[in-house]
Amino acid sequence: MSSIREEFGRDEWTRFTPRQKLARWGALAFCALAIMWALTSIEVIWPWVWSAPEQIGDLFGRMYPPDPSNLATILRVLWETVNIATFATALAVLLSLPVAYIAAQNTTPNRATLWLGRLILVTSRSVNTIIWALLFVAIFGPGIVAGIVAIMFRSIGFIGKLLGEAIEEIDQRPVEALEATGASRFKVIVYAIIPQVMPTFWAVSILRWDINLRESTVLGLVGAGGIGIILQGAIDTFNWPEVATILLAIIALVVLGEIVSAFLRRRIL
Amino acid sequence: MSTAPRDTWRKPPFIANPALRWTVYLGVIGYFVWVGLTMPIDWDRVAQGITRAGRIFGGAFPPSFARSGLLIDGFLESLKIAVLATAGGVVLSIPIAFMAARNIAPLPVFYLGRAIVIVARSFHPVIVAILFVKAVGFGPFAGVLTLIVYSIGFVAKMLAERIEEIDFGQVEAMRAAGAPYLSTLFYAIFPQILPRQIGLSIYQLDSNLRASAVVGIVGAGGIGATLANAFGRYDYDFALAITIVIVAVILVSEAVSGVIRKRIQ
Amino acid sequence: MTPCRGRSMRPARNESVSMLKITDLVKRYGSGDPVLKNLDLTIEGESVVSIIGSSGAGKSTLLRCINRLVEPTSGSINLNGTELTTLRGKALRAARRKIGMVFQGFNLVDRLTVMENVQSGRLGYISTWAAVSRRYPRADIRRAYELMERVGIAHYADTRADQLSGGERQRVGVVRALMQNPDILLADEPTASLDPKTSEQIMGLLRDLAGELKLPVLINIHNVTEAKQYTDRIVGMRYGRIIFDDRPAQLDQAAMDEIYAGSPHADRTGADAAAAS
Repeated sequence: MSSIREEFGRDEWTRFTPRQKLARWGALAFCALAIMWALTSIEVIWPWVWSAPEQIGDLFGRMYPPDPSNLATILRVLWETVNIATFATALAVLLSLPVAYIAAQNTTPNRATLWLGRLILVTSRSVNTIIWALLFVAIFGPGIVAGIVAIMFRSIGFIGKLLGEAIEEIDQRPVEALEATGASRFKVIVYAIIPQVMPTFWAVSILRWDINLRESTVLGLVGAGGIGIILQGAIDTFNWPEVATILLAIIALVVLGEIVSAFLRRRIL
Repeated sequence: MSTAPRDTWRKPPFIANPALRWTVYLGVIGYFVWVGLTMPIDWDRVAQGITRAGRIFGGAFPPSFARSGLLIDGFLESLKIAVLATAGGVVLSIPIAFMAARNIAPLPVFYLGRAIVIVARSFHPVIVAILFVKAVGFGPFAGVLTLIVYSIGFVAKMLAERIEEIDFGQVEAMRAAGAPYLSTLFYAIFPQILPRQIGLSIYQLDSNLRASAVVGIVGAGGIGATLANAFGRYDYDFALAITIVIVAVILVSEAVSGVIRKRIQ
Repeated sequence: MTPCRGRSMRPARNESVSMLKITDLVKRYGSGDPVLKNLDLTIEGESVVSIIGSSGAGKSTLLRCINRLVEPTSGSINLNGTELTTLRGKALRAARRKIGMVFQGFNLVDRLTVMENVQSGRLGYISTWAAVSRRYPRADIRRAYELMERVGIAHYADTRADQLSGGERQRVGVVRALMQNPDILLADEPTASLDPKTSEQIMGLLRDLAGELKLPVLINIHNVTEAKQYTDRIVGMRYGRIIFDDRPAQLDQAAMDEIYAGSPHADRTGADAAAAS
């Protein structure tokens, strides 16, 4: 019987080869260096950092107990927030359909439209809702129109991308079969492509509505309507008990939104 | 079977019960019509939007990189915020994830863990940022705190789900071999969640970088603050330059993080 | 158009016998060896013709060239006086309406009902509004029920296609093709995804329908036993050429060996059994 040494050429065991070890230590050292660099060069006033827990505790202390005296207004504005999210999602869904169509490789009419579609998706997705909101508040003035348009612009990229991928992943065989019957391009889309992407369409729309509900709560902080406006007002006037009420209302809204979207997903899909 | 040849056919409706079907249809139509008509919209102001948009875009082209020093400083600050917040968030999310994992934590701890995750996830980072700005003052520190909360919301949730899926056979095998608690943790549980945690950290660094551009708008430091200032001063050409750089950096960081995560798995 | 009643399955179609004439057909993918090499084939009347040959012999490509799902490189395909190879756009779609096709994988739209799948065979005929709103012409609905009853799936009209078994799905595929009121029916391995018993039922159905509708049927098939049993004429293909074309009785072991020579083929067992019987 041969010894382990003869058979494998070594009798010690380590988990990683030296090369792997080097890579692991290198990665770790790189992370440590990055953190050190950030820590030493970031412009913070360290005494403020040390007093931060106290300050944060103080802030929460002043929020208690929450003041519900303005609850009627808060709920009304919360409803407006829901409307912003819902309208923006509905409009974005409609507008993202043609974008998804031209951004999917197997349905786009030609190269130029494919790149146009991709450009729209990338632009829309890379710019955050809040940055869109800054722009549209400057254009349309403060209010819910800016909020709806901002959320819509961001959502088109999200929905369009996922829908476009769903179109690219469809089963091509029914498409071939319907082309063989002599159906026009439009009818092939209606009968062979749309039924196949319907589940994704609903899932993505519901998911985006849920996300938009969250996003619409902050639009007001840049003047684009919704609950953020009264949150900003309460913070600016140091009305912390009311801030607490608004925050609780936002949690309730987000949780409710998740319940509703889970219900819709179960019913529709 | 059938006596007369059938020559009519209707697609079975999506909702079988007609009363419910019409209630849903009318409800949806009613909602959009009613809300659409009663929205507080100042149409005159909106109508001016076209000319204003023209003025803004006219002012924005060509984008101005004249103050690139300011731009680079803002970006480096965003990057520092993202790095520190990711480090802090990932470290803190580990104990919270264990608390929020049903198969490991005792019930009261589990509820506490889940509550932390839900609260951290419910608030948009911008809201968290505005609170921290009030509590600890303007600047990047508020940004770091904000994104730590944001990271916990995502990383702890995903990690807790991973912990709930771990194979307990390995834990039992370790226990059967008489391994103490910490050894069990290090040999049976950590190896199972570590790859996931590294992947999540890289993903979170990428998303913190995105978010750090946004929280600056409400005063939490970084490139967002630079962007908000440029917008406030009607420097649309500089604002466009910043936006272009943000988009470019996000695309690059998305690509890099994607490549690294693919390599690791 | 007079609606047809009772057992007569004959649709209001031009009374002349269909004729498909393929001359000198070449199909080459890229710069490689041609898949079809100067192929000639004529199909006349209501016969059921099967094409046999090993995988890669070009059977599927030949069928798909006829309705132009595959673009022929050169040659001529003529159906009842219409040259198919040069058609474009509207004219091509009009020609495709008259060519029904049944597929190996059924190619149904899973999430639509059986009736919608069946009516999708009429898409080339009906208005866009009728297609989108699913308000099909009464005559089409009556015809659909007749055909569905004929193949035994009428009770599934409102069922989603993905709820059906393989044999039932292929019946939907056959009815969809027949709804086109075709001059010829192409079937590309219609039974390859089915179990033996079901596949015999489908072959029997295709043969019977060909007779009832006076419709020529061209079937690609792997299973030589079924080809001999259910078809009037067998065309054997090898490397893009037709090397056998005769009645099933003439397909002897020598012919089989020539068609399948050198190809370690899964269906050799079936082929041998057929030749031996």
